[in-house]
Amino acid sequence: MSEPLLKVSNLAVSIRGDEGVARVLDRVDLEIPRGRIVGVVGESGCGKSTLIKAILGVLPPRAEIEAGEILFEGRDLAHASPQVLAREVRGSAIGFIPQDPLLALNPVFRVGTQMLETMRWHAPPQWKGRHRERLVELLGAVQVPDPEKALDRYPHEFSGGQRQRLLIAAALSCQPRLLIADEPTTALDVTTQQQVLKLLRDLVAEFGLSMLFVTHDFGVVAQLCDDVSVIYAGQTVEAAPTRRLIDEAAHPYARMLLACHPDRATELGGIPGSVPSPYVPPTGCRFHPRCPIAVAECTSRRPDLQRPSGDHSIACPRHHLTLPEAAA
Amino acid sequence: MLLFLIRRLLLAIPALFGLMVLTFVLVRVVPADPAATLAGETASRQQIEEIRKKYGFDRPLYEQFGIYVGQVVSGDLGNSVFSNRPVAADVRRTLPATIELIFSALLLATLLGIPLGTLAAVRHNGVLDHTVRIATVGGLAVASFWFAIMLQLLFSMELEWLPLRGRIGVNIGAPANVTGFFLIDSLLAGRWDQFVSSLRHIALPAITLAVPALATIARFARAGVLDTLQRDFVQYETAVGYPHRRIVWIYVLRNSVIAAVTQIGLLFGALVSSAVAVEAIFDWPGLGSYAVQAILASDYKAVLAVTLVVGVIYALINILVDLVHGLLDPRVAEQL
Repeated sequence: MSEPLLKVSNLAVSIRGDEGVARVLDRVDLEIPRGRIVGVVGESGCGKSTLIKAILGVLPPRAEIEAGEILFEGRDLAHASPQVLAREVRGSAIGFIPQDPLLALNPVFRVGTQMLETMRWHAPPQWKGRHRERLVELLGAVQVPDPEKALDRYPHEFSGGQRQRLLIAAALSCQPRLLIADEPTTALDVTTQQQVLKLLRDLVAEFGLSMLFVTHDFGVVAQLCDDVSVIYAGQTVEAAPTRRLIDEAAHPYARMLLACHPDRATELGGIPGSVPSPYVPPTGCRFHPRCPIAVAECTSRRPDLQRPSGDHSIACPRHHLTLPEAAA
Repeated sequence: MLLFLIRRLLLAIPALFGLMVLTFVLVRVVPADPAATLAGETASRQQIEEIRKKYGFDRPLYEQFGIYVGQVVSGDLGNSVFSNRPVAADVRRTLPATIELIFSALLLATLLGIPLGTLAAVRHNGVLDHTVRIATVGGLAVASFWFAIMLQLLFSMELEWLPLRGRIGVNIGAPANVTGFFLIDSLLAGRWDQFVSSLRHIALPAITLAVPALATIARFARAGVLDTLQRDFVQYETAVGYPHRRIVWIYVLRNSVIAAVTQIGLLFGALVSSAVAVEAIFDWPGLGSYAVQAILASDYKAVLAVTLVVGVIYALINILVDLVHGLLDPRVAEQL
C-alpha cells in the first residue's frame, strides 16, 4: 500500500484555559489514503475541530501540540514553521470548507473579492490574470447559477445551500490535494444537505482529491465516506472502512453511537452520561465512566490501538464482549 | 438611495424647527433687553421705546417668532442688531474657517486614531495596547483650553516653530476665495507660500481639537477590532490562507470602522462646541469667534443664526454618516 496523503499519529494537544490545562486531544490517530474520503465521527466536544485546527496550523495561541506528528505528503505539519503553513499549506495544498457558510463569509465584501483573496496568494503562478475566469468555471462546476454575476454579489444575497457551494468552490480554487470539511452540511436543510453531499462526492472523484470529513452524523458518513474514524474525548477509539465499521463496530462507544442512529434505535436510548471535561479527563480509557463493560483495568491503562485486521483498528481490549441489552 | 435622501432631508425640517423654537425662546427669556442694549447706555426711556417699536420687540413673542421664521425660510437671517450688516454675510465669511479647522482636526484624528486603535487591538494586552489605553484616557481628560495654551507656550513662544494666532500670515494675505478653505484655495491659486502659511497656522488649533477626538476614535477602533477579531470569518479567512496582515487591515478593519463612523459623526457636533473656545484662544476667524462676539454683544440675531447654521450642519452630517454606512456595509445599503 502506498504512503497515505495524511497520517496523524499519536497526536496530543492541550489548551491552557482559565480553569487549568485542558487535554483536548489525548491520542488521535488518523490516516487519509490518496483518493479517499475519510470521516471523523464523534459527539460535540470530543476534539473534532481541534484536530482540524491542528492540521491547518490554526490552533489558538494558548494551545500546544504536546506529542505526535501530522505527516502530510511526508512533511510534519505539527512541527512546521508558521510561515511554511501559511505559505504552502493553508489555501494551497489543503482546502477548507467551514461549518456555517454565513458566519464564515465576511458580510461586507463581495464573495468574488473574498474568493480571489485566497487565489491571489495561493494560485499557481501561471494562472496570473486568469483567477476570475477560473472562479467562474468552478462556480459552474458547483452549480451556482449565473457565476459571473454571483461573484459581484454579497454573502447575504445567497441562500444557505448556495453559500456552501461558493465555499466549496473557494476550497477547490487553488487545486488542493486535500479537502477538510468541518460539518459542512449541519447548517443546511435536509434536501440541500443531500445535494451538497452528492456534489462533494462527485467533485472529489472528478478532481482526484482526498477529503477529511468531520461530522457527528453517522448517516452522512454512510453516504459519503470510504473510511471512518471514531473519536471520543480526544482519543481515537476505532477506525475502519465505513461498511465494515457500520456492520462490525467493535468498540463499545462506536457500537452505542451507532445504536443511537434513528435507523437503528429500537427505542430512544442514547448513551448515558456526557462527554467528560477535558480539564479533568478520566484516567485510562476516557470512555470508561460511560462504558457498560468497563472493568478496573480500564480506569488505569490507556488501551492501545489493536489491529485485528489490516484496515480495522480498535482501542479496546474487551471489544469482543457483547454489550448488555439495555446499552446496545 | 434618492428616496432615502429626500426622506431624511424632510425629517430634518421638524428637528430644525424645534431648534429654532428653543433658541428663539431661550434668547428672548434672558433678562437682557435687546432694545435697551441697542439703544446704548445713554439712551432715554423714550428712545428705547422707539427702538422697541421699530424692531418689533413690543409685539407678542409668537408673532416675532412667526416673522423670524418667515425671514429664515426666504433665506434672510436678518441684520445684526449691532453692526446692522446682514448676518448671512458674516456667516458666509466665518463658516469656511470653522469647517476647515474641524475637518482638519477630524482628518488628523481619524488617520491616526484608527491605525492606533487597530494596532492596540491586534497586540491586545501588550505594551502598545496599555500605552494607547492610558494615553487615550489622558487625551479625553485634558481640557482643551489648557492644552491649547501649553501648545502655544511650547511651539510658538519657546521654540518659535509655529505662529501664535491667526489663519494666515498677515503679510502673505488670504488666497483668492474659491472654496473658502485656505488650504485648498492656496493650492488652486498655485501659491505655495500661502499654503505653507495656512498649514502652519492651522496646525496648533487643529491639534488641540484633534486630541480628544483622536482618543475617542482610537478607543472605538480598538473595541471594534477586538470585537470583529472574535467573529467566525476571521478563523475562516486564516484557514483558507489569507495573510494575517490583510485579514486585520482590510477584512477586519472594514467591519470595525462602521461603528467608528457613527462616532466620527457624533464627534463633529462635539468639535463644533470645542471650536468656540479653541478659536477664541488662537484668534481663528471662524464661526466660534463670531458666536462669542455675538453673545457678548447680546446680538441675538447673530446668535440665532449661528445656532441654526450649526444645527443644519449637524443634520447634514448625520445624513452623511448614514450614507457612509451604506457604502461600508451592503446590508445597510439595501435599506437606503
